[in-house]
Amino acid sequence: MSMFDLRDPRNRIVITGVGLAAPNGNDLSEFRTKLLSGCSGVSDFETRYMGPVLAGVCEFDQLRYQKRKEARRGTRSGSIAIYCAHEAIGDSGIDWSAINRDRVGVFLGITEHGNVETENEIYEISQFDYDTSVWSHHHNPRTVANNPAGEVTLSLQITGPHLTIGAACAAGNAGFIHGVQMLRLGEVDTAIAGGVSESIHTFGIFASFQSQGALATHDDPTKACRPFDINRNGIVVAEGGGICVLERLPDALERGAKIYGEIVGYAMNSDAADFVLPDSTRQAECMQLALERAGIGPADVDIVSSHATATEQGDIEESQALRRVFGDGDTPAVNNTKSFIGHAMGAAGALELLGNLGAFEDGLAHATINLDEIDPRCGLKQIVVGEPRNLGEVNYILNNSFGMLGINSVVIVKKFSE
Amino acid sequence: MIAEDIRQVIIDILARIAPDEDLSDLQDDVAFREQMELDSMDFLDIVMELRKQYRVQIPEEEYEQLISMSSTVSYLMPRLKDVESPA
Repeated sequence: MSMFDLRDPRNRIVITGVGLAAPNGNDLSEFRTKLLSGCSGVSDFETRYMGPVLAGVCEFDQLRYQKRKEARRGTRSGSIAIYCAHEAIGDSGIDWSAINRDRVGVFLGITEHGNVETENEIYEISQFDYDTSVWSHHHNPRTVANNPAGEVTLSLQITGPHLTIGAACAAGNAGFIHGVQMLRLGEVDTAIAGGVSESIHTFGIFASFQSQGALATHDDPTKACRPFDINRNGIVVAEGGGICVLERLPDALERGAKIYGEIVGYAMNSDAADFVLPDSTRQAECMQLALERAGIGPADVDIVSSHATATEQGDIEESQALRRVFGDGDTPAVNNTKSFIGHAMGAAGALELLGNLGAFEDGLAHATINLDEIDPRCGLKQIVVGEPRNLGEVNYILNNSFGMLGINSVVIVKKFSE
Repeated sequence: MIAEDIRQVIIDILARIAPDEDLSDLQDDVAFREQMELDSMDFLDIVMELRKQYRVQIPEEEYEQLISMSSTVSYLMPRLKDVESPA
């Protein structure tokens, strides 16, 4: 049971602005176009110590909303967050000079933060025979866990609450969920919510996946990320950000905002089973709880944006969970954004939802690329393979995001109608 | 290094830590902070860069010596006199 009366329009939370940085697009329309045309954003990427790896690398203009000095002082995830937040606010049409910024909150999901900056500093002192007196005074403000959200508040002069939500790879959804909750609680009037990741800028995440036997390799970078494919061989790590402006419905209607969709359901739960391995039972329960809260059944869902990362067990577990919730038929359409951009970690859930929002307008489920031969152990008939599928009308999108330590998050967005 | 070399070292450091500033009209006898955006964290970057590049350890009570270009150069002259000029 929700403590909120969801028939009260003030508890209806809508998406009114979108800003994103993806490896294959610097705004929603470019990102959507690339997803519909099968265009990957994965490329070769140089790391310290490990040499070249494959990664999803963003190419947004970092200096559009930041001075060079601000970018230098801050972090990559701060720069990503600032870019996405400015874009989202610009897109929302909110009169930023007139808004009460005490009533704006910033809630950003992160998988991890501080590894990049710490590795850089350790490298730096290694050049000075490990003399810790050359350890930067910028280390602490760069590595505090709220860093990317805090940088957004500095850049946009937001004086309401800000925090990051550490939720492994379930974080993008968790950022949206926290935004919804803070709006329903009346703590803020505008939520800047989503997820960000700078993870590719340290070798550690790649090396750890490699040691785990879960880092993708392929001669052609664009074919490396292969969720559900029999020849998948692991994760492609990506950087990125996906941030939305969230508002209560009456506020959005009053200012005549463009409404991308309404967040009608969400859920988070925990496997309590393993540090790394996912658990289809809890994943299914998480989806069912989100459906229940949205007041809909599985047959109402048009698109499932899957989490599958192209690891052996992860894809199998999610497939089992999806079969348990949605059955063995041809619907709903199941797609996968990671096949295009890799796994954007804290930003993954956010980007994967945002890349599907266009379906409310064009009726298309974007594809899962690089799926040449489906692993029979996944065996989902609903996967949109290779080319977009025209669904005619799309009313509900369900977005899965799961992470290490057994954290699951699901968000359901509905096409807006009053 | 002679005074001119030290001045250039400082200009190079400032260019890195304050990349948005135009340093071409920097006045040597006016405090840095009166003519450019330079807060305490930036100031610590100057101290850090000198430590990294020239092993100059500047005690906190002497930070005020670095208030302007001319005072910085005067302060550093005896400390960098044995350092070779950059090519």
